Amino acid sequence: MTALNQLTLTQAREGLAQREFTAVELTQAYLTAMEDARALNAFTVETPDQALAMAARADERIASGEAGPLEGLPIGVKDMFATDGVATTACSNILKGFVPPYESTVTSQLWRDGAVMLGKLANDEFAMGSSTETSAFGPVVSPWRREGDTAPLVPGGSSGGSAAAVAAFLCGAATGTDSGGSIRQPAAFTGTVGIKPTYGRCSRWGIIAYASSLDQAGPFARSVNDAAILLRSMAGFDPKDSTSVNMRVPDYEDAVGASVRGKRIGIPREYRVEGMSQEICELWEQGAGMLRDAGAEIVDITLPHTKYALPTYYIVAPAEASSNLARYDGVRYGERVPGKDIIDMYERTRAAGFGPEVKRRIMIGTYVLSAGYYDAYYLKAQKVRTLIKRDFDDVFAQGVDAILTPATPSPAFAIGEKSAADPVEMYLQDVFTVTVNLAGLPAISVPAGYSADGLPLGLQLIGRPFQEETLFSLAQAVEDSAGRFPVEDFWWSR
Amino acid sequence: MSVDLGTVRRVAHLARLAVSEDELPALQGELNAILAFVEQLSAIDVSSIEPMTSVVPMSLPLREDVVSDGHYPDKILANAPEAEGGFFTVPKVVE
Repeated sequence: MTALNQLTLTQAREGLAQREFTAVELTQAYLTAMEDARALNAFTVETPDQALAMAARADERIASGEAGPLEGLPIGVKDMFATDGVATTACSNILKGFVPPYESTVTSQLWRDGAVMLGKLANDEFAMGSSTETSAFGPVVSPWRREGDTAPLVPGGSSGGSAAAVAAFLCGAATGTDSGGSIRQPAAFTGTVGIKPTYGRCSRWGIIAYASSLDQAGPFARSVNDAAILLRSMAGFDPKDSTSVNMRVPDYEDAVGASVRGKRIGIPREYRVEGMSQEICELWEQGAGMLRDAGAEIVDITLPHTKYALPTYYIVAPAEASSNLARYDGVRYGERVPGKDIIDMYERTRAAGFGPEVKRRIMIGTYVLSAGYYDAYYLKAQKVRTLIKRDFDDVFAQGVDAILTPATPSPAFAIGEKSAADPVEMYLQDVFTVTVNLAGLPAISVPAGYSADGLPLGLQLIGRPFQEETLFSLAQAVEDSAGRFPVEDFWWSR
Repeated sequence: MSVDLGTVRRVAHLARLAVSEDELPALQGELNAILAFVEQLSAIDVSSIEPMTSVVPMSLPLREDVVSDGHYPDKILANAPEAEGGFFTVPKVVE
């Protein structure tokens, strides 16, 4: 029999329903795996006592026939989600010691539906990064290695802890957040499935804000169906988030396995970027072939403003971040560094608490919003954003149901490989994902092949607003054809 | 557009980040690399385009203007680095 922690969420749910094992046994299997995998540095906090207590209650509810949709399923939570009574720091020293007296809406819905919390998962500081190397807890190590090489690789970012933990079987599934690719890029790097839903689909209440018009929560999982299970519980209207949308949440599992016959899939020519590797080009063609074989129609499309997306993002996101992070001033929470007066106290506190990438983005954001530069930078970027969204609107108006692209320009890179270079080098990681956040669209990353050195590669499917179901159907067609991409060498537990 | 050392110093102060004189040149280089990157936007004419103000077309919901939450000062103050008598405390401000 497969070790309990290696079951998919779908299989674990079935096993619990059939009384093949208990939620406590399942949880214990994950706690043991977590203990064994500390070398990966995926968790910032482990909550074993809370997990076992939640699992025991889940077993009672299963026994009494009151099981919720996630009853007894062990989940990891990205450190961007406030969790009542459990340290939440966004992996920043400025929030050191912060213990929220409240629970984020998304995680409260997971616990409402019976899920078990295993702990908090590392991310880039304030979700700013593409490798999880900027975490104040140190870099997360991917469970994947290149063939014949022991160099530690990044799991991607910013949700690198979530991606690594799901891929290494340290949790059944995990929550993530995505402002420019922070779910989809790490999912692609780790052979997992990750979806960023439409902006407004999941409540942002209780998620530490980075760039409010771009941030959205979503799941990481080991199969498409698992991601559908988790998203259903995460999504939904919340009066506490004024941008959350009051629409019915469908049962996404119904869409998994539904026919994709006749769906029109757009291939945007602008995503064939300069210097793209041959293996990424081939993966993209194979992905189109898989969908064609499943009955979809492949059409060429154009999204002319694609090349402006990254520069637009690096104005809009830092501007919003500089405003959102103004609250960390050493007064209400976190660490305080004394100064000669209140301004000096603010400046010293923030200088000591924020890491280099966060400072860079706060500085850029402050600059582009400052008097005399607002129109040239921020207002201009918001206008370009209108054009980027219009590109997608036009394509969807022509009858395209979804757009297929690579998820990342390369497979996972080594720790230290890009972080030492110019900051812009790291920003290029998000070239295929960032347009989606600017336009508020849903997109899923699904593993579809291997690189020459044996690392997983992901494809991205971008959908119409609130058409996550179409993405689940198409992603399942890819999974049916390409299979799943489980880690097979547990080198960290030897 | 590129920034000089004086601008970096001024922006750091606006952002309430203490930056030492030795750190300024490196920060200047990084900021100029990012500004050079976003400079690509100057190639595009947006004079007739409206800026995006809402990601999903919807109007801002309104609620009754009543107190709907609160009355737990202890919880609010629990994470404060310094608090006294039900208040956050800060260094003395005299203007």
